[in-house]
Amino acid sequence: MTSKKALATPFMIWIVAGTIIPIGAIAYYGLTDRNDRFTLENVLAIGNSVHLQALWLSVLLALISTVICFLIAYPLAIIMKNSNFGKRGFMIFLFILPMWMNFLLRTMAWQVLLEKNGVINGMLEAIGLPGQEIINTLSAIVLGMVYDFLPFMILPIYNVISKIDDSIIEAAYDLGASTSEVITQIYLPLSVPGIVSGVNMVFIPSLTTFVISNMLGGGKINLIGNIIEQEFTVSSNWNLGSGLSLVMMLFIVVSMIFLERFDKTGEDSFI
Amino acid sequence: MKELIKLEHITKNFGNLRVLDDFSLTVHENEFITLLGPSGCGKTTILRILGGFETADEGKIFFEEKDITDLPANKRNLNTVFQKYALFPHMNVKANIAFGLKINGKSQKYIDDKVDYALNLVNLKGFENRSIDKLSGGQQQRIAMARAIVNEPKVLLLDEPLGALDLKLRQEMQYELIRLKKELGITFIYVTHDQEEALTMSDKVIVINDGYIQQMGTPEEIYNEPENAFVADFIGDSNIIGGTMIKDRLVKINGHEFPCIDEGFGNNKLVDVVIRPEDVIVRERGAGKINGTVLTRVFIGVHYEMLIKSEENEYEWLVQCYEKYDIGEKVSLDVIPSNIQIMNKPTSSDEEAIDLDI
Repeated sequence: MTSKKALATPFMIWIVAGTIIPIGAIAYYGLTDRNDRFTLENVLAIGNSVHLQALWLSVLLALISTVICFLIAYPLAIIMKNSNFGKRGFMIFLFILPMWMNFLLRTMAWQVLLEKNGVINGMLEAIGLPGQEIINTLSAIVLGMVYDFLPFMILPIYNVISKIDDSIIEAAYDLGASTSEVITQIYLPLSVPGIVSGVNMVFIPSLTTFVISNMLGGGKINLIGNIIEQEFTVSSNWNLGSGLSLVMMLFIVVSMIFLERFDKTGEDSFI
Repeated sequence: MKELIKLEHITKNFGNLRVLDDFSLTVHENEFITLLGPSGCGKTTILRILGGFETADEGKIFFEEKDITDLPANKRNLNTVFQKYALFPHMNVKANIAFGLKINGKSQKYIDDKVDYALNLVNLKGFENRSIDKLSGGQQQRIAMARAIVNEPKVLLLDEPLGALDLKLRQEMQYELIRLKKELGITFIYVTHDQEEALTMSDKVIVINDGYIQQMGTPEEIYNEPENAFVADFIGDSNIIGGTMIKDRLVKINGHEFPCIDEGFGNNKLVDVVIRPEDVIVRERGAGKINGTVLTRVFIGVHYEMLIKSEENEYEWLVQCYEKYDIGEKVSLDVIPSNIQIMNKPTSSDEEAIDLDI
């Protein structure tokens, strides 16, 4: 036993230094005021209409991005499973390729593309169409989220779907099922663990992002991530920032528990 | 018997590999037909083309005289029992069996009755609510059968369904399958590489190698009168020896003349001769035609199996007999005329004997 525990030491140090102490610090800041007195004010500040609105908008955009990612990823995963080996490898490569570039650079590239005098409007005008207001809109933010987080939806879903035995799919067809019945009654229930992972991995970063909304929302659209960031950087109010962070953490844990309920197999569990 | 399925000139390539070449086959109603061959011979491909999971590059498939070549798998009136059972892991036993019936919009009452009936038929009454991963291999096998037969297909396709079971269970399931076939009164098309399975269960065995039919016939015909060296070697153990047909009913093997019962091969023609190991008679030295020395001996249950090296030409005879001879003992061998099976020498490499056993 003791030697096994010794093996865990590096991990324990990592967990304590990287997770437990920071969370403890956030909890401490979040539950005290500037004079180190206990208060729930920072946590309850989520009830403030500006904060509530930002949270609501964040949830909405994160949901939309997650749904779009799912709608792109799921059919693709099925297509990839059924394509031949070389083609499949190439498709996975194509989807991982953007991940090799820095996340900030990729988002910045969209900024350049979507700008008022950017590449896309330039192209539209060149063929005689009016320029569009794309940057600094909610759509631009959703676009950024989908672009940045799509691989995190594709990979876990593909991972699960690729392991479904071909003969199970053939058996369903053999018993008379149509393609849509095969998808709803065989593929979907069997890929729940992958869907849950994918949804977690897209929804949570979308919910908390402030970089994408900063760069593609032009600072005019405030998501809950932006508000927390500003409390730390602009207003130097660490207590309020931490309080709101605690609420977000709670929110994420609750939504993950909710999601895990779908995943009866208990595999790929995040909690 | 009425014709049920007709495969006409089926050709199938996987990349550059030709798996089936101009393959034609007729299956009659209520037949237990077995496609037998070594792995990679194309037998599973035939089944998959019949099931609708592969499309033939050329050729046509007829089902009750209707062309079903381009009909997708979910529209064909036949069901498959897959090699690895392919049960739906997220459903319990009942939901698995009911899957096809639900898809076809049958009433709940009908489904309940059918599931009951099918579970009874495969001797798994009371298993409705078990989850699939709580079943043994043999039980999964039975559920896979039940799931296929509740849909009342005209034909059941079985792709090496006993391959994953242990010997004892496999033998039990063979009898089970024969019983099921009789009770259901439908056509079984069975794919296997196990010659024993093929001989025990089938009405008709089709021996396939390299995408060609090597021989088609009842189990007895296939075993007793193999048409070429491949069939002789693949079905059971056999001694395949080069010989010369001196004239009708007389063949020369190992330099000795043996009377036989085959005719029409011509005079002084080179042939292949098949003699089953149980048909070789071992006698005291001098009492038989071929002199040999016992090389090895193993007891395999009912009888001893020996390799006896012929003194004339070094050929090692595989022999099965009830008497015990010592290693090194000098004996003589003999064969009665009706146990000598004469075959033409192979004309193409496809019929070349392959060394599978011994």
